Amino acid sequence: MGRRRNMAKRTYSWLDERFHISPLIEFMRHKYVPVHRHTVWYYMGGVALFLFIVQVVTGILLVLYYQPDEESAFESVRFITTKVSFGWLIRSVHSWSANLMVFFVFVHMFSTFFTRAFRKPRELTWMSGFVLMALALGFGFTGYLLPWNELAFFATKVGTDITGALPFIGEPVKILLRGGPDVTGATLSRFYAIHIALLPAIFAAILFLHLLFVQRQGMHEPDYLQRLPKEKKKLIPFFPNFLLRDTLLWLMVLNIVLFLAVFFPWELGEKADPFAPAPEGIAPEWYFMFMFQTLKLIPGHVLFVEGEVLGILFFTLVGIAWMFVPLWDLKQRPERRPRPMTVIGVAGIVYIIIFTIWGYMA
Amino acid sequence: MANDQCLACHVEEEYLPEGYLENDIHTQAGLSCAGCHGGDPTSDDADIAMSPAAGFVGVPSRQEVPQFCGKCHSDIGIMRQYQPRIATDQVAQYYTSVHGQRLQEGDQKVAECVSCHTAHGILRAKDARSTVYPLNVPGTCQRCHGDADYMKEYGIPSNQYDDYAKSVHGQALLENQDTGAPACNDCHGNHGAVPPGVASVGQVCGHCHVNNMQYFIASRMGEAFAEEELHGCEECHGNHRVEKTNDDMIGTSDKSVCVDCHAEGDPGYEVAKTIRAQLAKLTQSYDKAIARQSEVQRIGMDDVDIGYLLREAHQSLIQARTLVHTFDPEKVAPKTEEGVVKADEALVAAVAQIKEHKVRRRGLGMATLFITMLVVALFFKVRQMETR
Repeated sequence: MGRRRNMAKRTYSWLDERFHISPLIEFMRHKYVPVHRHTVWYYMGGVALFLFIVQVVTGILLVLYYQPDEESAFESVRFITTKVSFGWLIRSVHSWSANLMVFFVFVHMFSTFFTRAFRKPRELTWMSGFVLMALALGFGFTGYLLPWNELAFFATKVGTDITGALPFIGEPVKILLRGGPDVTGATLSRFYAIHIALLPAIFAAILFLHLLFVQRQGMHEPDYLQRLPKEKKKLIPFFPNFLLRDTLLWLMVLNIVLFLAVFFPWELGEKADPFAPAPEGIAPEWYFMFMFQTLKLIPGHVLFVEGEVLGILFFTLVGIAWMFVPLWDLKQRPERRPRPMTVIGVAGIVYIIIFTIWGYMA
Repeated sequence: MANDQCLACHVEEEYLPEGYLENDIHTQAGLSCAGCHGGDPTSDDADIAMSPAAGFVGVPSRQEVPQFCGKCHSDIGIMRQYQPRIATDQVAQYYTSVHGQRLQEGDQKVAECVSCHTAHGILRAKDARSTVYPLNVPGTCQRCHGDADYMKEYGIPSNQYDDYAKSVHGQALLENQDTGAPACNDCHGNHGAVPPGVASVGQVCGHCHVNNMQYFIASRMGEAFAEEELHGCEECHGNHRVEKTNDDMIGTSDKSVCVDCHAEGDPGYEVAKTIRAQLAKLTQSYDKAIARQSEVQRIGMDDVDIGYLLREAHQSLIQARTLVHTFDPEKVAPKTEEGVVKADEALVAAVAQIKEHKVRRRGLGMATLFITMLVVALFFKVRQMETR
């Protein structure tokens, strides 16, 4: 035992001598996380991060067998799920984990919004988080097409068609995304490249910044906690307490993902046939449903503007406004309720939930 | 056509023949009234345009119709300019048919060209609106053959259409709109329409059901049928009302057609019994495997290979059912055995998948237990650290 400890100590010294890791350990040891009634929301970002790691690991394993080709993409996914050892589990975990990741990113984002953690000095943490969310949606959109099944094929067709409706840049962007005027094998290889190379590279860089900001600035404390004297605040060390709590939750989420993957294996459906008529019930991924439903409800023309263009402009503007929330944050006297930012957030959530359900009912 | 005075006057006078269509195939090809009826289409004077001197022949009698149409349709020199590979033997064939022979004998009620093709609204046979488009043929024949009063003097039934509509062929054609399914003319011929005779029934059915016909002709049963002058296929399957076949048709039950001729004790009875048992063995194995495959699909497991094996088993079943027409159990047996082997392989593969599904669940249970234990341990560790 003593020998092993000695060995570990020597390895640590060897590394410390070369990379100066003591300050890092010291930093983590002196970093504290406040404990209060909203602490639970601190873990949501961590869960999203964990699911991202699951995505990277399962994604790498899928790449070993997946073939991004019009002729063999569907067959290769079927091969993965039927013939490759544990391929069924890896593919199903990848799909479930992707959806849960988007869900937890949304939860993390809204919890940050409602606890007003985006305020000074965390403006850039919020903005980098927003970009990460947009990239996560990009992962979802590009990954959806990769099995090259009927539903994904037509959903991608509809999705890229919507982009094409944008004034001036719509058509070139659509062609750039599709790799031609139609959704073909060129689109598939393009989406594959974006999904496994372009997005991960950008995502990793921004995630690094996002985590760096969080580590540098520490956890945000709610207003009432900030006003308390230091001795009255309950704090726990980040390392190891908070990290162990994080791990505890990650394991629970892992259990849920495994349960879903085994009991509700992700379906593959029918192979896409570009010449077949579009099947009934074409639907985007659930996290795009509220936008899809909104676009369906807008009339063909509103005054002299095309309905679809108006919808896209609306979502673009809302997206930009949401990204820059820290810059236009409506501050006011704390005693006045309801707070306007809370009203905006609740309205946003209610809108997303209602339109998502509506989309599935329609 | 622009200066065609026949059409100009007849349109102006609203005196057009019954069923006249502007897109009639002859009009499309540039043939106007005078093309068939003769006369001078350049003259706007009816007396000159429709004078015998100008070659006007007027409306042909029913007996004249085949020759009237045949003026062009039997002349390859004329017809090849419209379709190089067109047949020109319709009139010759027609006179070999019951319709043609009776017409020559002076029967004014039998069908001639116009009865089926119409006179002034003729469309290509490929046109779905045409009276002779495959889906419309039974209805066209039925106009006369379904009329009991009209058919009375010929002493032939008038329920062929109703029977046909209920048959496997009729359902395929009329309900499923499968133009590949046989209509009346596919068995009886069209221009040379005759009822198939004793010798030709097998050939008529065998045109599509090739293997069945060859096995039958080469069988002992085929020889016996020929000697007895029995109508090959028809004796067991019927004619217009050919029903979808099923395994009960063979064997010794009340539903079997074999017992119509074979009684217990004669060799045919034993053959029927044996073949029925062979088919039953395969269908039972196949159905059992199919049920397991459904279970595999329901639980979301891999059924791709099971599907291939079952397709092979089903192929053997189809071939065995065709081999029934050899009426030889020794020829049927290899095929049914081959199918049973494939069905059993599919069954084993399906059972393996169901077992694998259970293994997965058990594996998940163990993983969940392990992770839950870790979660509990971590929980106590964190609590211990924070209460210290």
